[in-house]
Amino acid sequence: MSGADSRVDSSSTLTRLLLFLERVSANPGIIKAVYSIAVLFFLSIVITPAVAGIIAQMLSLSSLELNGVVLTRMERAVSWSFIIGLVVSTLDVLAGIPLAWVIVRKRGRWTTILDSLADIPFVVPTVALGFSILEFWSSPLGIAQLFGYSLVTPGSALIMLLHFAFSFPVIVRVMVGEFLNYRETYEVAARTLGASTFTAVRTVTFPILRPGILAAFLLALARSLSETGATIVVAGAFENGTVFISNARSAGLTSAVVVASLILIVTSLVVFALIKIIAPRIRITPLRVWPKFERKLGRPPVVAARDAASITIFLVFVLFPCLFIALPAILAVASGTGTEAIAGTGPWGAFWSSMLLSYTIAVVATVLNIISGLPMAILIARNRYGTRITRIVDVLVDLPIIVPSLALGVSLNFFWRNMGSLPEFWVIVLAHMTITYSYFVRAMTASIQEVQPELEDAAKTLGARPLRVFRRITLPLTKYALLSGAILVFTRSVDETGATSAVSKTLKTAPILLVSWIKGTVPVTPAERALGVGFLVVTSFLALVVLRLVAIRQPSRKVT
Amino acid sequence: MALLSFVNVTKRFGKILALDRLSIEVNDGDYLCILGPTGSGKTTLLKLMAGLLNPDEGTIYFDGKPVNEVNIQNRNAVYVPQRYALFPHLTVLENVAFGPLARGKPDSVALETASKTLDLVRLSSRAQALPNELSGGMQQRVALARGLASGARLLLLDEPLSAIDARLRLDLRHKIRDIVKESGLTAIHVTHDQDEAMSVGDEIMILRHGRIQDLGPPRRVYRKPAGISVANLFGGASFFEGIVENTVGETALISARGLIIQAPSRTLTLTSPVILGLRKERVRISRDEPDLDNVFRGEIRSVRYLGNSKEYLIRLSNGDSIASRQFADNKVGFKVRDQVSVSFRENDVMVFEYPVLGLSRELEVT
Amino acid sequence: MPKLELVELSKNFGNIQALKDVSLQVDDKEYVCILGPSGCGKSTLIRCVAGIEQPSSGEILIDGRSVEKTLIEDRQIGYVFQDIALFPHLTVQDNLAYGLTVRRTPSDQMRTVTNEMLDLINMRDRSKSYPKELSGGAQQKVAVGRAIATGAHLFLLDEPLGALDAIVRAELRYELRKLASDLGLTVIHVTHDQEEALSIADRIVIMKNGRIVEVGKPSEIYHYPRTLFTANFVGEANLLEGKIVRVDGERCTVDIAGHEFSASIVGKKVGRRAIVFVRPEFVHLTTPTEYGWKGKVKQVTFLGSLNRYVVETDDGIDIIVEVSTAEYSTGFGVDESVSLSLDDANMMTYDYPEEGVEKAISLE
Repeated sequence: MSGADSRVDSSSTLTRLLLFLERVSANPGIIKAVYSIAVLFFLSIVITPAVAGIIAQMLSLSSLELNGVVLTRMERAVSWSFIIGLVVSTLDVLAGIPLAWVIVRKRGRWTTILDSLADIPFVVPTVALGFSILEFWSSPLGIAQLFGYSLVTPGSALIMLLHFAFSFPVIVRVMVGEFLNYRETYEVAARTLGASTFTAVRTVTFPILRPGILAAFLLALARSLSETGATIVVAGAFENGTVFISNARSAGLTSAVVVASLILIVTSLVVFALIKIIAPRIRITPLRVWPKFERKLGRPPVVAARDAASITIFLVFVLFPCLFIALPAILAVASGTGTEAIAGTGPWGAFWSSMLLSYTIAVVATVLNIISGLPMAILIARNRYGTRITRIVDVLVDLPIIVPSLALGVSLNFFWRNMGSLPEFWVIVLAHMTITYSYFVRAMTASIQEVQPELEDAAKTLGARPLRVFRRITLPLTKYALLSGAILVFTRSVDETGATSAVSKTLKTAPILLVSWIKGTVPVTPAERALGVGFLVVTSFLALVVLRLVAIRQPSRKVT
Repeated sequence: MALLSFVNVTKRFGKILALDRLSIEVNDGDYLCILGPTGSGKTTLLKLMAGLLNPDEGTIYFDGKPVNEVNIQNRNAVYVPQRYALFPHLTVLENVAFGPLARGKPDSVALETASKTLDLVRLSSRAQALPNELSGGMQQRVALARGLASGARLLLLDEPLSAIDARLRLDLRHKIRDIVKESGLTAIHVTHDQDEAMSVGDEIMILRHGRIQDLGPPRRVYRKPAGISVANLFGGASFFEGIVENTVGETALISARGLIIQAPSRTLTLTSPVILGLRKERVRISRDEPDLDNVFRGEIRSVRYLGNSKEYLIRLSNGDSIASRQFADNKVGFKVRDQVSVSFRENDVMVFEYPVLGLSRELEVT
Repeated sequence: MPKLELVELSKNFGNIQALKDVSLQVDDKEYVCILGPSGCGKSTLIRCVAGIEQPSSGEILIDGRSVEKTLIEDRQIGYVFQDIALFPHLTVQDNLAYGLTVRRTPSDQMRTVTNEMLDLINMRDRSKSYPKELSGGAQQKVAVGRAIATGAHLFLLDEPLGALDAIVRAELRYELRKLASDLGLTVIHVTHDQEEALSIADRIVIMKNGRIVEVGKPSEIYHYPRTLFTANFVGEANLLEGKIVRVDGERCTVDIAGHEFSASIVGKKVGRRAIVFVRPEFVHLTTPTEYGWKGKVKQVTFLGSLNRYVVETDDGIDIIVEVSTAEYSTGFGVDESVSLSLDDANMMTYDYPEEGVEKAISLE
C-alpha cells in the first residue's frame, strides 16, 4: 500500500494540486463555506420544493372541486394506506426478527447463504416484484397450479403480500446490524443471574434493542406508504392512498390529487412523530417472568421449530414470490421473444430507451447525491456546528423518506413547473435526488460515526490538514459505506415510480414503462411483459453482486 | 519564553465547567505529569493544548504567540489518545510516516525518518505489521514513534499506560520517559496513577474539578502538599479533625477529640478548626513506648499485606483511625487486636485549613 | 469437600490452547486470586466455570457435583464482568432485583432483599438512578450487589476493578474483600494487578500461557516464589547471575561477580550456573566501605514512601534498590558512590533456565 501511495504522491502535478487543496482546506472560512453550501443545497433542492410545492399548489387552487363521492373515496384510500402500512410493518417485524437472529447467532455456511438470499427482494425493483407477486399468487402460472384456482386476486390482500415482501429485507438488514452491534455480555450477565435464554432475551436484549426495532418498523412503514408502481400493478380495483392519487391524476381530478397528497404528507409526518416520541417512552417495567414456561420456550425443539417457521415464512411469502418472475421470463426467451427484444423491434425500441434513461438518471442522481451528501454526513456525524444544528438537520434529512414519494412528486412537479423552464430530465433527476438523499446520508453518517474521533484527532495533531485527514483516514475506513450507500441510491433511483410518475410528462423511465405494459395501457404480449421485467431484474441483480463483492473485500480493520 | 502557556483558560461543556481559570507554563524539555481522577478535566486540558478544542475564556500562547494565529497543524503538539488511535488500515511503518508525509515531506525522506524512529523504539522488525497484530505494549511504542517522527516538539500523552497490564507498566513507564528525554522533546503525561506520576514526572500537577490544586517537583508536592485533596490523591494519608488548643513557640497543640497532637505551628489562631494529615510511612508502631513527640496507644484493627510492605490500621483511644506502613517487614509483625504504641514526629504532621465543604467532600475521588 | 474443583481442564479455540490441563481446588469461603499477564487464560478459566465457555476436556465440580451438563442459569454462581454489564434500561433497584425477578420471588421478599443490598453497598439514595448516571466505582458495586442478591455462594470476578481509577481500585478492593468475608462467600477473583492480589487473597494462583505456574499464600508467593517467572511477576526483582560454590543442605554459598553470598535453594541444583533472586527492599546501601561491594548510583526515583535506586556495581551489574523514606536520611544522589549489602535471609537461588532468563520471565 505504501507503494501505491508513492505512485500517487510522486506524480508531481497531482501532488502539487493535492498539497494546494490541502492547504486551502485548512482555512476555516473555506470549510464553513463548503458545509454551508451543502446545507443550502439540501434546503433549497431537497426540502423546499417538497414543502413549498404542495402549499403553493393548495393556495393556487381557485376552488376545491371535490364532490362527495370523490371525497369518500379519498378518505377511504388514505385510511387504507395507513392500515395496510401498520399491519404489514408489524408482521414484518415479527417475522423478520427471528430470521435476523438465525443469521447472526447461528453463523455457518447455510446462514451466510440465507443472509445473501434475504437481500434479494431488496434489489429486485419493486415493479418487477409487483409483477412477480401478481403472477405467483393470482395468475394461472403460479401457485394456482397447486390449488387449481388462483389463491389471491388483485386487491388489498395482494397489496399486503407485496408490501410484506419488499419491506422484509429492510427489517432483516437493520436487525442484523443491531444484533451484530449488540454486546452479548448483557445477555450472559442475565443468565448468570438465573435467567433462562428466552427470559434473558425477552427482558434484557429486546428492551435494549428497542430503538433499533422501532427504526426498522418506521422504515418498513415508510416504504409501504410510499410505494406506487408495484402497488398499482397488484391493486386491481382496490384503492389505497397512492393508487387513488394515481387514478385521480389520470382522470384529471387535480384538486383531489393535491388534497390527497397533502393529507398523505401531513398524516405521515404526524404518525411518524407520534411513534418516534411516544414509543421510546413506554415503560417496560415492572418485569414479570414465568420461569418454568419461558424455560421451555428456550429448549432446542422449540427453538428449532421457531427457526424453521421463520425460514419457511421467508421462503413462501418473500423469496419464492420474488424469484417467480424467472419462470415466465425464461418461457418468453424460449418462445423467441428474446431475439425480437435484442433487435429492438416493436415495443422494444421504447423499452431500451427507457432503460437507458433510467440508468442515466440513476448515475447522475447518485453522483450528485454523493457530492452534496458527504459534507452533510460529516456535519451530522461529527457534530460540527453544535448539537442544536445537528439535531435539526438530522430530523430534516429524514423527511423525504417519511413523505410518500408520489405525494412528494406532486409537490415537486408543481414547484419546478412554476420555477421556470427546467428540462424534464432534470426535474426527474431532482425528484430522484430528493427521495434518495436520505439513504446516502444515513448510511454515511452511521459509518463515519463508527470511525473513532480519536483517529482524526491524532491525524490532525500529526500535521494533517482537513482534506488529508478525510482522504487518508476517514474515507478509507468508510469506503464500504460509501459504496453501499451509492449502490443503495442507484437501485432506489432505478426503482422509483411514485414521484417519477408525478413529474414526468413525455419521458418514461423503465419502471413507468413496465407499469404501462403490465396494466395494459400499452398493449404487449404476456411474453414481452415477462421478458421486459426479467431484463430489469437482471440488471439490478448485477448491482447486488457488486455490493456483495465489495463487502467481501472489506476486512475488519478495527483495532480493539 | 515558555513553549506553551495558558492564561486563565476556562472551558465549559453545556452546564459543566470542565476547566476553571487555569494558568500554566510549560517550558522546553519539561516532563510534566498531570495527576487527577476521572472527570477532573485532564483530557480536556490536553485537547486544548493540542488545539482540538478552543477555550471559552482566556488565552493560550504557543511560543509566545496567541494561539488563534497558530493552527493545529503548525503547533507541533502531537496528541496521543488513551487507546493510541493507530490507523488500523495502515501498517506500522505507514503509521509512523504519516506525520512527515502530512507536512509535505517527499516519500523517501518520510520513510527514512519513519524507519529511524522505529529503530529508536526497537520495533523495526514489525514495520509491515498491522496495528491489530501487535500487543498493547507494542502499540504504545508505535504511537510514540509516530509522534516523534512527525517532528513534534510537544507530546501530549493521555493516560498512555492505562490499557497495559500492571506489571508491564512498571517497565514501560521509564522507557517512555527515556525515549522522550533522549529525543529532546517536551511531554505532558496525564494519569490517574500516583506511582506513575511520581516516578516519571519532573513536575507534578494535581488537577481536580477543573482546577490546579498543586504544582511542583514530586518531592515537594509529596512533603508539603498544598491541600488535603492533594495529600490524599498524591501519596495518601490519615486525616484527623482537630481544634487548636495552644501554641508554644514553634509548636502547636491540637486537640483531636481528646488526644493532644503536637504539630508545627504556622500562624494558627487559637480555637480554629484544622485538619491534620500523616503519611503512612511516617507513623511508627511498636510494642514499647518510644521517645518521640507524639505517642499514643491503640489497637490494630486490620493488617494489609502489600508484598514489600504491610499496612496496619490502628484504632486510637479517641475513636480515630490511623494507618501505618511498615516497609520490608518479613517477620510476622503485628496481628489484629494487638495493643501497640503509635508514634510520629511533630515535623511529620501536615496541618491544613478546615475545608469549607467538610472533610469527606474534600476526600472524594470521583 | 472443596467448594470448587477443576480436574485437568483444557480449552482450545481453534489452534490456540487457552487452557492446558489446569487442576485446582478451592475451599469453601476461600478468597482466591488468579494472577497472570494478559492472554494467560485466567478469564477463559472462570468463563468455563460459569458455563459461558464449554471446556474441550476435563471436569468441573461444584460442591462435589460435575456441572458439565448444567446450563449457566442453573449453576448458581455470581459473576462480575470486567465491563460491568449493568442493564442500562433498568434502574439500580431493578438491576439489583433482577436475579430475584427471574425466579418469580414474591414481591415482599424481593423488596426486603433489594433493600438489604442497597444498604450493603450504601446506595439507598441512588436506588432510582440509571447506570449511566453513576461513576465507575458505583456501577461496579451495583453489579456486585446484583450478584449477591441471588443468594449465590460461589463468586467469579473477572478483573472487576480493571476499568477504575488507581485510587478507587485501591479502596474498593478492600470493600470487596470485607463483603466476601462478612457474607461467607467463596470467591475467585481474576486480575493482572499483583498488588491487588497480594493485598486481599487467601491464596494466589499464578498463571502463564494457559497453565498454572504456582499456587500459594501471598507472603509465600512474594517472599519464596518457586519459579523465576513468579519472582519477577509478583513484584520487582533483582535476578543476578551467579555460580554455586558450596551446597549446605537447604542453603548454599553463591558467587556473584566475585562476591560471595549465602542463599536458600529453590528446586533441584543441577549445574553450578544459577540465578540469584533478591527483592529491591532487601538490598541495603551505605556510604562506601573498604571491603564492600561497591558501585555508583545510576538513577534515583522518588516514590513517596520510598526511594528507588538503580545502582551500577563496579562490575557493571545493575541492581534495583528500594529504601524507605521513613528514616530521615536524605538519600543518595545520581553518580554518588555507595556500598551494597544483600540480606542473606531473603535471597534464593534457582537453576539457570534453559531458555534464558528473558524468556523465562517474559509476560507473553
